Amino acid sequence: MKRALCLMLLVVFVFLAGCGTAPVRQEPEIPAKRPVSEYVKPDETAAIDAYDPWEPMNRRIYIFNAIFDNVIFLPVVNAYEFVLPTFVRKGITNFFNNLMEVPILMNSLLQFKFEKAVNTFGRIMINTTVGLGGLIDVATLNDGIQREDEDFGQTLGFFGLGPGPYLVLPILGPSDLRDTAGLVVDTAVYSLMVGELIDLTGLGSPEDDILNYSLSALYAIDKRSNEPFRYYKTGSPFEYDLIRKLYLIKRQFQIEN
Amino acid sequence: MKRSLLILICSMLAGVIGGPAGAYDYKVDDPYVATIVGTPEVLEWDKLPKKVDYELLGLKVFPDRPTPDVFWYQREFLYTLSYQKQEAPLIFVIAGTGSSFYASSMIFLQKAFYGAGFHVICLSSPTQMNFITTASATCVPGNIVEDSQDLYRVMTLAWEQVKDRIKVSEFYLTGYSLGASQSAFVAKLDEEKRVFNFKKVCMINPAVSLYTSANILDGMLLQIDPNLTPEIFDRWFNERLARFGEAYRLLKEPPLDHDFLYDAYRILHKKGQTPRRENLAGMIGTVFRLSASNMTFTADVMANYGLIVPKNRVLGSADSLTDYFKVANRTSFIDYFNEFLYPYSKSRNPGLTKEALIESISLRSIESYLRNTPKIVLMDNEDDLILTPEDLAFLKDVFGARAKIYSRGGHCGNMRFRDNVAHMLNVFKN
Repeated sequence: MKRALCLMLLVVFVFLAGCGTAPVRQEPEIPAKRPVSEYVKPDETAAIDAYDPWEPMNRRIYIFNAIFDNVIFLPVVNAYEFVLPTFVRKGITNFFNNLMEVPILMNSLLQFKFEKAVNTFGRIMINTTVGLGGLIDVATLNDGIQREDEDFGQTLGFFGLGPGPYLVLPILGPSDLRDTAGLVVDTAVYSLMVGELIDLTGLGSPEDDILNYSLSALYAIDKRSNEPFRYYKTGSPFEYDLIRKLYLIKRQFQIEN
Repeated sequence: MKRSLLILICSMLAGVIGGPAGAYDYKVDDPYVATIVGTPEVLEWDKLPKKVDYELLGLKVFPDRPTPDVFWYQREFLYTLSYQKQEAPLIFVIAGTGSSFYASSMIFLQKAFYGAGFHVICLSSPTQMNFITTASATCVPGNIVEDSQDLYRVMTLAWEQVKDRIKVSEFYLTGYSLGASQSAFVAKLDEEKRVFNFKKVCMINPAVSLYTSANILDGMLLQIDPNLTPEIFDRWFNERLARFGEAYRLLKEPPLDHDFLYDAYRILHKKGQTPRRENLAGMIGTVFRLSASNMTFTADVMANYGLIVPKNRVLGSADSLTDYFKVANRTSFIDYFNEFLYPYSKSRNPGLTKEALIESISLRSIESYLRNTPKIVLMDNEDDLILTPEDLAFLKDVFGARAKIYSRGGHCGNMRFRDNVAHMLNVFKN
């Protein structure tokens, strides 16, 4: 796992070094008729502003993600969707969702949201047993118990931690420092679960790299398959700014609920 | 959740439907609500195919044009094709201001026409970023005559690209909002060039005068506050966004469509919340302003005009655009007209007056053509927000019996309503 992470980071940094080199100016610049200096005052904040001190790096990672998405991620996802019938893919989605409910349960408890905790616990119980190990989301059927939405980033926010700098993660996309920390914790809990599961079912050893990589890859492909977002589909040259704003608003709302 | 929502909508509508049989059942009588919320799901055309397969196709319209680094992702002009296996009529659909073929209205029309047996080619608006960067001859949109020439060029190239694969019986054309106005000019151009020989052209909620309609839409923002300052706008906008947080969570897809702000309102509306008039108008104005910002910035960079970005500055792919975005947000469509489109047009045509340019980008400039061309039909609403009473009178006078004017619907709000879709499809079948 560590080796793969290092390799991925290396690829990202090689890419970052290559892109966005200073463009060559050929003719002298003439000030704009509506210059930024006249319209944007440094002491005023605009609706679109966000705390983004790492913006140059973030914008490069955003571009990297867009290219990665088009060249590798989406073609793989398309092949996955082409090969596997819908009900199999649905089962895979449900299976991973069921595992991810453990961090949801943990975070509901940490925020003293006991109703959410009870719901989530009920869902895990029903889906793991009647739902054949999580393959079928029985709990949601017939207006049953809906899935809750909690994660460790929200738990940190619940206890008053601000988002910190906005951060675009390689491949994973929009985040912030707090939510990245949250993601690490949630992923650790999830990995622990998967390790236990592998042990329990006797599928292999939890240290089996190939098994772990395959599961992680399947998890990523499943997630992307269920995510309708496509880069540069907004048709706005300001997509980076719009996505940043939307992400931060959405997170703020999730924390408040 | 879904079911309770449905019950809620039904009970809400129970009071308003159930008028006399044959009457117009689209009952959203506030044009602002209609424009934003559109048609309640239960009243939508229900013969839509669930999913329509389409191909995303690309064209190199100007093979020698370099792509600026900042628009590195705009390498080709994109459009979509949905085709029937057998011989069928082909319809071109032109999107409204700032919209691409991904806009929800475009996807709706794609499904409606495909379901009715057409091959469908969906085209982004000449005011949309992908169009400006790859398919506009001048890269300065807004002059409807030139924009329609650009449209005709991509339609011809698209037809070249697909004609070996599909069997076409005859050609049709439609568009909504600005796309409707453009379809009239495209139809006129086709009378000379004769590539398609359109059998029928349907204009849905066109602008009569681009300048007047843009002025009305620009003015919507002032309904938030007559003395609107950037500070007041930002405060208002942040309040709206805070309210939307709730709606975002209920959206199945992330709200990243160009009219994502409308989507949030649709959800709030379904929950029975009625926003105040000034907030509705403000949101229509905001969405329009966002389209104008996107267009102005894109055109400015492509034409190296120096309105917002200093002339001759070369922007890199990862340069921050946030400050330009803020300036663009303070630039209305009328500002764009006065400070960019008009001076730019004048530099190419020194005798041009502002009044002459305004007149030339209006349907009035092709009045006699519209009056005498039976194949062009109109669908519009009495309470369309982008028309003045004079504009509406002009349309009624020019189109006469070829106009279907509904009593309600705002601007394009009733486009998905079952009666409207039935009428639209009927127009093309006769």
